[in-house]
Order: sequence, then structure tokens, then C-alpha cells
Amino acid sequence: MDEQIAADALAPSKGIFQERWAILKRNHMAYASFWFLIALFSFAIMGKVFTQNIIVFDPKIVRLSEKLLPPLTPYTSKITPIEDAPAMGIYLLGTDELGRDVFARMIEGSFVSLTVGFVAVGISLTVGIFFGGLAGFYGRVNLGFITVDTLIMRFVDIMLCFPSFFLILTVVALLPPSIYNIMIVIGLTSWMGIARFVRAEFLSLRDQDFVTAARSQAIPEWRIIFIHMVPNAIAPVLVSATIGVATAILTESSLSFLGFGVQPPDATWGNILADGKTFLFDAPWLTFIPGFTILFVVLAFNLCGEGLREAFNPKLRSTP
Amino acid sequence: MINFIFRNIWQRVILLVFISIISHSVIHLAPGEPALVDPSNPRMKPEDIQRIRAAYHLDEPLHMQYVFWVRDLFTGELKSFKDNQPVLEKIWDRFLNSLPLFIVSMMIVWFLAFPIGIKAALNRNSKFDRASTFLSYALISIPGFFLAYLLIIFMVKTFDVPVIGMRTFGLEEAPFLFRSMDRIWHLTLPALISAVGGVAVLSRYVRSQMLEVIHQDYMRTARAKGLPEDQVIYRHGLRNALLPFITMFGLTIPGLIGGSVIFETIFAWPGMGRLGFEAILARDFPVILTLTFFSAILVLLGTLISDILYGVADPRIKL
Repeated sequence: MDEQIAADALAPSKGIFQERWAILKRNHMAYASFWFLIALFSFAIMGKVFTQNIIVFDPKIVRLSEKLLPPLTPYTSKITPIEDAPAMGIYLLGTDELGRDVFARMIEGSFVSLTVGFVAVGISLTVGIFFGGLAGFYGRVNLGFITVDTLIMRFVDIMLCFPSFFLILTVVALLPPSIYNIMIVIGLTSWMGIARFVRAEFLSLRDQDFVTAARSQAIPEWRIIFIHMVPNAIAPVLVSATIGVATAILTESSLSFLGFGVQPPDATWGNILADGKTFLFDAPWLTFIPGFTILFVVLAFNLCGEGLREAFNPKLRSTP
Repeated sequence: MINFIFRNIWQRVILLVFISIISHSVIHLAPGEPALVDPSNPRMKPEDIQRIRAAYHLDEPLHMQYVFWVRDLFTGELKSFKDNQPVLEKIWDRFLNSLPLFIVSMMIVWFLAFPIGIKAALNRNSKFDRASTFLSYALISIPGFFLAYLLIIFMVKTFDVPVIGMRTFGLEEAPFLFRSMDRIWHLTLPALISAVGGVAVLSRYVRSQMLEVIHQDYMRTARAKGLPEDQVIYRHGLRNALLPFITMFGLTIPGLIGGSVIFETIFAWPGMGRLGFEAILARDFPVILTLTFFSAILVLLGTLISDILYGVADPRIKL
């Protein structure tokens, strides 16, 4: 009983995540970005549900008599059938060159763009943790004339030598156009940093007591790696993944600009922006709305990621 | 030192061999062949396609194609699928066009980023620091081509800067002075826009490096012995903060190809990035492969230079 009390008194008053959360809160920009992103996610998921199920939000309706209307134009057309009217009877963000409702397209685009970002980062995380963990944990194992660590890290070096955007462009252009190819290619060309990170973490974790304890209990090695070590190494990796999502969204928009991004009829912020640039002077909202959306979202990801990195890395903290 | 350099070069040559093998197989294993570019073209008879395939060794097994590619590359006989011109010559021409753009934009980056970063670090948490931090995040977050369009509209309307190509058409007969001024005028906007992202990233690095040295003991010592503040900051502080930028400098070299695809497309600048983009559109495998190989060489060259410079600049590192 007494021991129990002593242990309670010694336990930190706050858990590690509560403590980090308090640090993040102090950084107003990062904190605001965090809630902005949460709002954006719920918005994107709601938008997905709406565009799928409610007809007024359908981003694919073409109304040729209503093309290139500026934002906030009320719906007054006699030609377009009433069931094709936009939500709430108003073109909140205008229409594009085919008379599609830009608001509905932006909603659909939010979901697709975020999916591209998250799936690409998910792939690069998986590959990066796998290779990094392998190199870190089995680094000393000798495969004849070369150790596992050398083999994997040389492979990482090779991958780092490719000009990444040029490589992505080449592969995406040669493969048949599909949204999955874009996610996979972006993911497979951006895992190297994560692998290096995980390897460095594993090298320092490998000889710590809890790993030795786990080994002494004859716990299978895959369990030690994935259940015991990865959770200890993951926090900084996830933080850099936040910034990875931002990069993936930007890469997708650059690909769209060159005509190799997500193909219509799927809308993403990138391809709305890339299509809108033809009408820059006649219909500037087609360029500015998606452009500033990308700017704000990517900015939020960057600021939030930077804030999290500061919170999880005591060395970077600005307040001493 | 010599030993170190030789060992490094040797390691990099081995890496290059693997890089060439991987890029060759990635490009050739992807579906789609140059002979399939226009199957509906009525002038392309099956025997024509057969002749083309034979001429470019497309019927050989993959490893033989690789051998042919390497042989042709090093004898300089590699021909483009598209127009049958020697690939190396094409790339060299475009390289000479990309080089001034790259040099000017790098100069803008390094000359702007250092003052901004140093000032932000010295006046930490001041208005300037906050503004420059926020601005650099915003510039990193904006899609490059969107920013380019915004700037084009603004600059063309206010300064009447040309935004297409490298020179004004019909000015070939003009005196040298006019031609070079025309070239510089055409260079302004593309160089400025390719520099924007670099300034944003580098000024952040400068700031954090300066912050790291600013609280060191030797800075306090320098102040304590009564040195003027400028000398403390620039002689004692900046010099120590500079070391990591040697590495950064080496790593910017590959930006010659990779970073320029979009900007060269926007400004119709006939550089290497655009050559690559055109080659991708035409499935011009020899050009794509050689460009990838070339940029891998640039990356390795950059890291080699930065390794050597690092050893020269920092006496604590023993080579």
C-alpha cells in the first residue's frame, strides 16, 4: 500500500502527450492551424457524403448556359432545369467554363486532394519504417560480403540521387493515368528521409534495456520491432509526415499543371487550378479560389508540423 | 586527402552504375513504347515500325538494350528517338541555356537569404522576425506556378518585363550590348521566381544557425573583451554559423534539372527541365535516361564537392 502511494507521488503529474499538447498550445499559429486542419477534415468528409448522396451538390452537372459566372451569382436561369440548380440557389464560388458549380467541385476536390496527400504519405511511411527498421535492427547481420545496413542505406543513397520531381513526372507520364498511380509514385519516391530517421532512432533504441528485457522473454523479433520499438521511434517520424502531406499536395498540383495530375472527372484543387489558368483574365476566381485554398491548407500543414516538431523536440523549443 | 577523394569518387562511380541500371529498367519496364506513340498514323507501316525498332535495338532483351545504351552514351553516338540528333549535343545546348538562369537565381537566393536570416536571428521575436518567418512559410506553401502567374500579371503590368523565351525575336542583328541587355531583361522574371522558394528555405536555415551560435560562450568572450558588436557578429558568429551551408551549396547543384521543369515550361525557357518534359511527352527514352543519369552525376558531384569543402573549411574534421 505504502509503495503504491510512493509510486503515485513519483509519477509525473501529466502524461507525455498532455505535456506536449500544452507546449503546442503556446504556439498560437500552430494551434490555430491544428484546429483549421481538423475543421478541414470534417468539411472534406461531409463534402464527400454530400456530393455522393445529395444531388444539388453534384460537381459533375454541366450547365452550358451558366458558364463562367462570378462568385455569389444567384441562380435565375430559365433554361437549366430546376433539379440542376446549385445548393441554396446561389453559385457561392461561381461556375467554370462548363457551367459546373465551383463550390461543389472544391468540396469534392478537398476530399480527393487530402486523400492523395494522406495515402502518398502512408505509403512512404510504411516503406520508410520497414526499411529503416530493418536497417536499424538487423544492421549488423552479414549477408556474405555486405551487411544489411550497408545494403539498405546504399539503396537509400541511390534513391536520393534521382531528381524526385523529374522521376515522378517520368513514371506518371509513362504509366496509364490513374489517381492511384499518382499516390503510389509520390509515396515511393519520398520514403528515404523517413527510413534514415527510423534507422537513427532504432540504432539508439536497439541496445536499451526494454529491448533486452523483451528479448530475454523470447518475444519474437517482429513483435519487438513493431510493438516495442516502433511506438518509441514514431513520434518524430509522424511529425515530419505532417509536412510530407503538404509536399504531396503541392506535388500533385504541379503534376496537374503539367497535365499529368489526377484526370477529370475527378476534381482536385490542383486540377481546378490548372484548368482555371486558361481563363485567368476572364474568370480570375477559377485561379484564385483553388490557388489560395492550396496556399492556406499547405501553410496550415507546415505550421502545424513545425509546431509539433518543436513540441516533440526539446532542443528546438523557443522558450528556454 | 588524396586518398579520401579517390575513395569517395570510387564509391560514387559504383553508385552511378546502380543508378543507371535502375533508371534504365524503370523506364523500359513501364508500359508504352516509342513505336506506339502514334499507332493511327497512316504513314507508319508495320515495316517502318520494324525498321525503327531494329535501329534502336528495341527488339533486343533488356540487358542488351542497357549495354547498347551505355556503349552509345560513352561513344557519343546516342541518338534521340524524336529527331535523330545526338543526345549529348542536345543536352549540352540546353545546359548552356539553363546555366545562366541557375547562376542568377542562386545569386539572388544567397544574397537575399543571408541578410534576412541574420537580421531575423539578431532581433528574435521582433516584428521583422515574425513577419519573415510567416512570409517564408507562405512562400514555401504556395504552388510555384500559381505564384508565377500572380507575379507575371503584376510585373508585366507595372514593369513591362518580357516573360517568354530567352531573347526578343528579330534582334539577332543588333549590337552585342543590346543583345546582352535583352538577354538579362528576359532573365529577370524567371530567375526571380525560381529564387523565391530558395530564399524562403535558406533564410530559415540561416536564422536557426545564427540562433545556435549566438548564445555560445565564445560570443560572450568576444563581447567581454570589448570587441565592437559588428565584429562579434560577423567575424565570430557568422563564420561559425557558415559551416553547414557548405553542404547546402553542394546540394543545390542538382536543382539545375529537377527544380526547373515547371518554371521553364511557364517561361518557355529552352533549358534542361523543358528538354526533359518534351522528351517525356514524346517518350524519347534516350534523352530521358541520359538526363536522369546526368542529374544523378550532378547530385553526386554536389555531395563530393561539399564533402571536400567541409574537410577543407573545418579543421576538426580529419579526412
